[in-house]
Amino acid sequence: MLYGYAGNTLRIDLSAGKVEKEPLKKEWVDEFIGGRGFTSKILYDENPPNVEPFDPENRFIIAMGPLSGLFLPASGKTHFCTKSPATGGYGDSNMGGHFGVNMKYAGYDVTIIKGKAKEPSYIFIDNDTVEIRPAGQYWGKGSTEVESAMKEELGEEYQILTIGEAGENLVNFACISHDFGRQAGRIGIGAVLGSKNIKAIVARGTKSIPVFDPKGLLKKGKETYAACREKPGFKGWTPEGTAGITNWCNDVGALPTRNFQTSHCDYADKINGKAILKELKITDKGCFACPIPCGKYGHAKTKRGNVYVEGPEYETLSLLGSNCELDDIHGIAYTNYICDEVGIDTCSAGAVVSFALECYEKGYISKEEMGMDVKWGDLDSIVHILNIIAKREGIGDTLALGVQGAAEKIGYDSSKFAIHVKGLEWTGYESRNAPGMMLGYMTSDIGAHHGRCWVLGSDVATAVGGDKNATVHDLISGDSDFDTIPKADHKNVVPLVLKSQHLRPAFDILGTCRLQYMEIGLETEYYEELYYYATGKKMDFNKDLLLLSEKIWHLNRMFNKREISDFGRKYDYPPARFYEEKIPNGPNKGHVMDLGVIEEMLDTYYEARGWDENGIPTQATLEKHNLTV
Amino acid sequence: MGLIFNNETCSGCKACELVCTLQNLKEINPSKAMLHVYGKFPDPGKYYVDICDQCGACAEACPQDAIELKGQTYRINKDKCDKCMACVPACPVNLVKVDDDGYPYKCINCKQCVTVCPRDALTFE
Ligand code: SF4
Ligand code: SF4
Repeated sequence: MLYGYAGNTLRIDLSAGKVEKEPLKKEWVDEFIGGRGFTSKILYDENPPNVEPFDPENRFIIAMGPLSGLFLPASGKTHFCTKSPATGGYGDSNMGGHFGVNMKYAGYDVTIIKGKAKEPSYIFIDNDTVEIRPAGQYWGKGSTEVESAMKEELGEEYQILTIGEAGENLVNFACISHDFGRQAGRIGIGAVLGSKNIKAIVARGTKSIPVFDPKGLLKKGKETYAACREKPGFKGWTPEGTAGITNWCNDVGALPTRNFQTSHCDYADKINGKAILKELKITDKGCFACPIPCGKYGHAKTKRGNVYVEGPEYETLSLLGSNCELDDIHGIAYTNYICDEVGIDTCSAGAVVSFALECYEKGYISKEEMGMDVKWGDLDSIVHILNIIAKREGIGDTLALGVQGAAEKIGYDSSKFAIHVKGLEWTGYESRNAPGMMLGYMTSDIGAHHGRCWVLGSDVATAVGGDKNATVHDLISGDSDFDTIPKADHKNVVPLVLKSQHLRPAFDILGTCRLQYMEIGLETEYYEELYYYATGKKMDFNKDLLLLSEKIWHLNRMFNKREISDFGRKYDYPPARFYEEKIPNGPNKGHVMDLGVIEEMLDTYYEARGWDENGIPTQATLEKHNLTV
Repeated sequence: MGLIFNNETCSGCKACELVCTLQNLKEINPSKAMLHVYGKFPDPGKYYVDICDQCGACAEACPQDAIELKGQTYRINKDKCDKCMACVPACPVNLVKVDDDGYPYKCINCKQCVTVCPRDALTFE
């Protein structure tokens, strides 16, 4: 008996209209545990080499972990994976809510979708019933509009993920939306679903998940919920959620502002977590089984109309807020709503809109191409740009490629301020004086995403003192009032970056949220014991799980090498803005990343990873991890 | 008397459903829980939990008098139950459920949901 797993893989061939179920492969479980482990392995093995992201043969994979759906904190995360249209390489994106647990209760740990449906369709999964159904009536409609309509038609208990217009129109940063405000945002995952003619996936599961020791899990589960309650962050961090970090980021000069021209603004108080609580919030909204719900569901009122929206969370606040110079919390929430509705990732959206505003200001995009006279910080301008991207009208068709592709087409020196790595837009932490954080972004497998590495706290600690291992709650509840911040030390960042790059995605393997660990400091021992009661297997978090997490890192690097013809070191550099332009104001005024430091960090990093100087895993490294690629 | 739900703080996590079935049925299966969490979105943007408040409608409907008031709690006496299912539709919140052997089951006020709820949205009086 396979404890902790539902036990099956679901295979859907949309071109053939075929659905097959097979037992979950034991090799996957033994070697890759779950979630991100499964998806990396399956994408490498089953995606035919060098298929285009929008080729029907590109796989769309959904995977749950052994802890998903169980009685333990935040067991509700779903992992998606595909070859990314944004980067042309390995792509994955993680989502909260209630969708994946229903897939697992329906009996499926893994779902592999290939092919392309003949007409706009949705996939209906209700325990053993799996059908590809026409979705013509939903095509062209907004994400939450479709979710509401489907729940009305099918029943409230069905969990629904949808794409919006942007996914249908193959925008490179289209997302998947679910549960009226949760997204798998990154890498253009929604566009791949759109390329398959799939508007939505619906899941309901009512089966039990077998666990090794139900009594033990009950006891440990209760203890773990109780332990979360005892953490200072339980009461301190939860009320504002991720938005609680806004002022700290501004204080330490890391808040992306005006397309990353600078890292500090003078209106952080207007766009922070407190502003959300005061102006927007109706209810705390969390994912399945989560004791520290970070979602803030609210109601925004703007001159364009009033809308219900979950968020904005920190990435949205920073990237659609200060990075576009929008200093009004209602306005930011409104742009968040538009992104959710048309189905684009708020992180990439903020980076692309701010890039477009800068191009327009510099005269690289004309008023005619833009369709209106756009301005920094203007809600109408931002919404206009979001809409033309989703519809691919005018310059929107170019911007839909993301900043890398758009800069190639727009030309001039725009690639210098196209803020991305590998084609994926940078998220909410400006890093010119945060070398570890920058290295984390540079070397992330999917491109510039903080989900793979977050060492900003330790970078700041090297400059101003403090605990390098502080939780986010420790950081934001501490003192961060700095006039100037000395240059952060880059000498010892590599071990910290590696640790973070293995630790953060480890939770994506187990199928839980990482924030209970990261933000409030729930100890890893809890996960070891919960894993034991669930599966009957012993696992040392710091040895076994982090070793697997490292192995996945090598495997994904090899996937990128296989798929991108000239892949290597040159894909690991930050945009020129970060090593050519000094930060003009704020506590990090005058700092710029040094190109020599970048080279040095890359050399040290590759060596520590067991990669050659071009950043490719050596044969010895692959053998050490038992990878035959 | 019994369970009370406060929707000002509920975040829809369903930890209560999880502990309910693991405690009472030894299973991980929220769909079998003796309370039911659901959201109403986008408008009004709130969570609700249907709970058993021991109203006794099931007991009233039972032709065998198999549902007996013990202290503050209505409990189903399996020895008397003949599985006629009259109690199931009688529950105003659809929380008399049917187990794999065809017997009805309901909330027994074990209060585990109250203990586990991270938001203090469930209380017991
Ligand atoms: S912390 Fe936030 S993202 Fe994580 S499980 Fe809770 S609600 Fe979801
Ligand atoms: S455990 Fe509490 S917060 Fe979570 S769904 Fe139940 S009542 Fe709501």
